[in-house]
Amino acid sequence: MQQIVNFILRNKTFLLFVLLLFISLMLTIQSHSFHKSRFINSANFLSGGIYNTSNNVSDYFGLKEQNKILQEENNKLKSILYNIDKQLDTSYIDSTRFSKRYRFTTAQVNKNSYSATNNILLLNKGENDGIKQDLGVISSKGIIGIIEKTNANFATVLSVLNTTSSISAQLKKSSHFGSLKWNGNSPAYIQLSEIPKIAPVAKGDTIITSGRSSIFPKGVPIGTISNFKLDIAENYYEIEIVLFNDMTNIEHVYIIENKDKKAIENILETND
Amino acid sequence: MTNLFSIHTIRFILLLLIQVLVLSHVNFMGYINPYIYILFIILFPLKNNRMLFILLSFLLGLFVDMFLDSGGIHAAAAVTIAFIRPAALKFSFGALYDHQTIKFSSTDFGQRITYISILTIIHHFILFSLDFFNLSKILLILKNTLFSSIFTIILCLLITIIFSGTNKK
Repeated sequence: MQQIVNFILRNKTFLLFVLLLFISLMLTIQSHSFHKSRFINSANFLSGGIYNTSNNVSDYFGLKEQNKILQEENNKLKSILYNIDKQLDTSYIDSTRFSKRYRFTTAQVNKNSYSATNNILLLNKGENDGIKQDLGVISSKGIIGIIEKTNANFATVLSVLNTTSSISAQLKKSSHFGSLKWNGNSPAYIQLSEIPKIAPVAKGDTIITSGRSSIFPKGVPIGTISNFKLDIAENYYEIEIVLFNDMTNIEHVYIIENKDKKAIENILETND
Repeated sequence: MTNLFSIHTIRFILLLLIQVLVLSHVNFMGYINPYIYILFIILFPLKNNRMLFILLSFLLGLFVDMFLDSGGIHAAAAVTIAFIRPAALKFSFGALYDHQTIKFSSTDFGQRITYISILTIIHHFILFSLDFFNLSKILLILKNTLFSSIFTIILCLLITIIFSGTNKK
């Protein structure tokens, strides 16, 4: 017993070092697995508050550009609104027509990152605004990511530029779908795999979300095909996509809540 | 003692804020960021308690991780260089270190560069290895380590020169 105590006392610095190193390695490993709770995250009152304060100042520098982006979006929405065919459905029941399936919340990006391999964004909306884990986040131009952690006033977003995230996507002109993953190289490009060989793939084709995961609605734009090749087994395409979004310059985003998500998940579970 | 304590508290907070609010968003050439918060570890007084020093380094790394949502990579890298600092000191300053009498402002410039470079390169290598977490990306890890280290070392040297100059007067 005496010797054990002596040993601990003699090597206390080394033991402390090993303990702390072990803790930090555990935190690192935890953060590399998808959707395990990230114990240390920026959605708390201290870092969230500091980022909020600094964002209040830095917002003004991008005001002109962000105004232009919002104006472009308004323009696009107006042109859809005024050109819409008055009768979309030939048959509908009045009461269901007005129940909205998707709820949108606007939010501002307090912290953006795009140079690491696992990029996380911080938004200034949290549980007080009805934000929960696994809601989709988009901007006016396209997809951004999925909500990961929330507290009362802030939420972190697992960006599409994150090697652990995977999102279901499809070709716009046909319904062949695959999964969207980032290889960590350039923030302007993202990779789509598991598109079957039979699919009609061409450079410049548009890629949209497939709506299969019930996180994003179907048809959220992602990007266009810049390059493609068959994988080693020659069964699937590996496709390189140019993102519509400039991930390095995001200020205003929309959080999408699919109100039917629970119902969809219930049906899928009972099927299994 | 209180004076020394307050200097290091201010340095801790100031370096942390500069790191997370400014320097982590530099993204020079798309991915190169300096990590100057390790100046706290480099400049921490020699005579102080080693356990406290390691614990403070861990906390500093953990705070950076919290702000940057990076899991525990900064904490791991910071605690490692805090632990191996005596070896780095001995290697770069030689016999001087044994007498525990070095003042950073009075040391040879070349020795100072060696000391800062050793700690920075080890820190950055651990940092990027854990960040990529993939042995097949070793080239990318080395590239990132090299360029970010150059950036960090230059900034650290500049800061130490500027602040030691005012101390002398």
